[in-house]
Amino acid sequence: MSWKKKSERLPLHLMILPGLVLVVVYCYGPMLGLVIAFEKFVPARGIFHSKWAGLDNFRYVLEMPESSRIIINTVLIALMKIVVGLVAPIVTALLLNEVRKEVFKRGIQTVIYLPHFLSWIILGGILIDILSPTDGIVNQVLGWFGIQPIYFLGDNGWFRYVLVATDTWKEFGFNTIVYLAALTSINPSLYEAAIVDGAGRWKQTQHVTLPGMMPIIVLLTTLSLGNVLNAGFDQVFNLYSPQVYESGDIIDTFVYRIGLVDSQFGVATAVGVFKSVVSLIFISASYYLAYRFAKYRIF
Amino acid sequence: MLEHYTFSRRLFLSFNYVFLAFLGILCILPIIHVLALSFSSSNAAQAGYVKLWPVQFTLSSYDFVTHKAAFWKSIVVTLKRVGVGVPVNMLLTVLVAYPLAKETKKFPMRTFYAWVFVVTILFGGGLIPLYMTVKYTGIMDSLWAMILPGAVPVFNVILLLNFFRGLPKELEEAAFMDGAGHWTTLWRIYLPLSLPALATITLFATVGHWNSWFDGIIYMNSPDHYPLQSYLQTVVINRDLTLMSSSDMKSLAEVNDRTAKAAQIFLGALPILLVYPFLQRFFMKGIVLGSVKE
Repeated sequence: MSWKKKSERLPLHLMILPGLVLVVVYCYGPMLGLVIAFEKFVPARGIFHSKWAGLDNFRYVLEMPESSRIIINTVLIALMKIVVGLVAPIVTALLLNEVRKEVFKRGIQTVIYLPHFLSWIILGGILIDILSPTDGIVNQVLGWFGIQPIYFLGDNGWFRYVLVATDTWKEFGFNTIVYLAALTSINPSLYEAAIVDGAGRWKQTQHVTLPGMMPIIVLLTTLSLGNVLNAGFDQVFNLYSPQVYESGDIIDTFVYRIGLVDSQFGVATAVGVFKSVVSLIFISASYYLAYRFAKYRIF
Repeated sequence: MLEHYTFSRRLFLSFNYVFLAFLGILCILPIIHVLALSFSSSNAAQAGYVKLWPVQFTLSSYDFVTHKAAFWKSIVVTLKRVGVGVPVNMLLTVLVAYPLAKETKKFPMRTFYAWVFVVTILFGGGLIPLYMTVKYTGIMDSLWAMILPGAVPVFNVILLLNFFRGLPKELEEAAFMDGAGHWTTLWRIYLPLSLPALATITLFATVGHWNSWFDGIIYMNSPDHYPLQSYLQTVVINRDLTLMSSSDMKSLAEVNDRTAKAAQIFLGALPILLVYPFLQRFFMKGIVLGSVKE
């Protein structure tokens, strides 16, 4: 085989080169930039000439009253999103699977996939309008039932649930795609055998459909573990306000505010180091588990 | 197969249809409401008369928005970033996916390269170090700040390389027999056979660039350089009055802040709403190709 020659592989190296350079600069560069967390960083002096600060930034972060709050908020919001985000698409896919009228099924699919493609700017703008306590249509409708106006985006009791609900609104439909694909790959003879054995639709769902979906459910569950510190920056940033920092301020929004707004670069990066390291552990664990239990490999 | 429809089955089915229809309606009602607001008069909007249909139909909100120079400027920036960013994304995705799709036996360095890309999924520097990297590479306040940091979308690379791996190996071997090299094989054999996957990735890259807003806000020094979504962030989410000219202020008093916002929200979503039905069949295929692999 002519393949074996080294010169034959030269084009392969050349192809990968531009992408590799960009990834090294813009993904590995920032990894090195994490040393900012250990410096009294001044942008004008740069990463290499700023004064060393040791663990001062970390100590400062630990003493900030907000620290425990943002970690609790991040994990709580992320976990709720993970659980609802797994269950809602599975249930929807099962229900869609029972629909025999193709036109109806297609129509529903088209509509529920749509919010996925709109940005949190668009969706945030819509939500701020419809959830407004003074003239939002949601409170108007609640008013018909005698319910007092609720300030969904300004009330610490509501805010987290609004985040979870609206994130589900955006993503549940799109996430049914994978499950629906898994459903179509189930061997029809399994259903015929189940019917011969006297199984009704519910028994078929229990003993054929769900086991058929199990591999993909296990896979997506394990992979979602990597998101425990991802509470959704785009969404929170566009929906929150100082009134709901108590329940809705998360690591990413906090890093943005103290880092890019207040220019405390070292402190913000120290928080970032915490997030990167903990995420590394969770994401690695999730890929390892996905490999163990679902034979999943990234490449 | 003849199904026997028991009473409980029929009850379930009708419940199911009603429930799914309800879900579907719930997904688009908010969008329709905002659309209705944008075509309504400010009085009707303020009085809360508008539900799902425009009340006192008027185009004045759209008139207001389309007379704002900042709105058009931001659209031009977005068109530029989509026009440059998507081809850059696609080129790099293809060029990275092809070598990584080779077997390790044939391309021993593949494992090393693959790890270089995988590590970026597992670990990252986060916001501040990335911001500093963009600053030190001298692309701050330019179009490139919104293109280069995300130029290699690793998940799209994975999707495409899995697709490449599903193609029959005999095709490639035959091409090499006939004297083709890697470039010819990629261009003449792999790419023409991968159109569904390429269409999906192009869709993702385009929607990604269209919807991005945070990079515009942090990397651009002046709002004049904001892409549309960053501009909308400042007017729809965080109303920044400094971005308004005095004539804007005057006409805003006549229009209504709420209907004007609604019009801008709708215009920001419009291109996606327009291409969406055509692209739906592509991404459904593409996602399945990428996620369910042998």
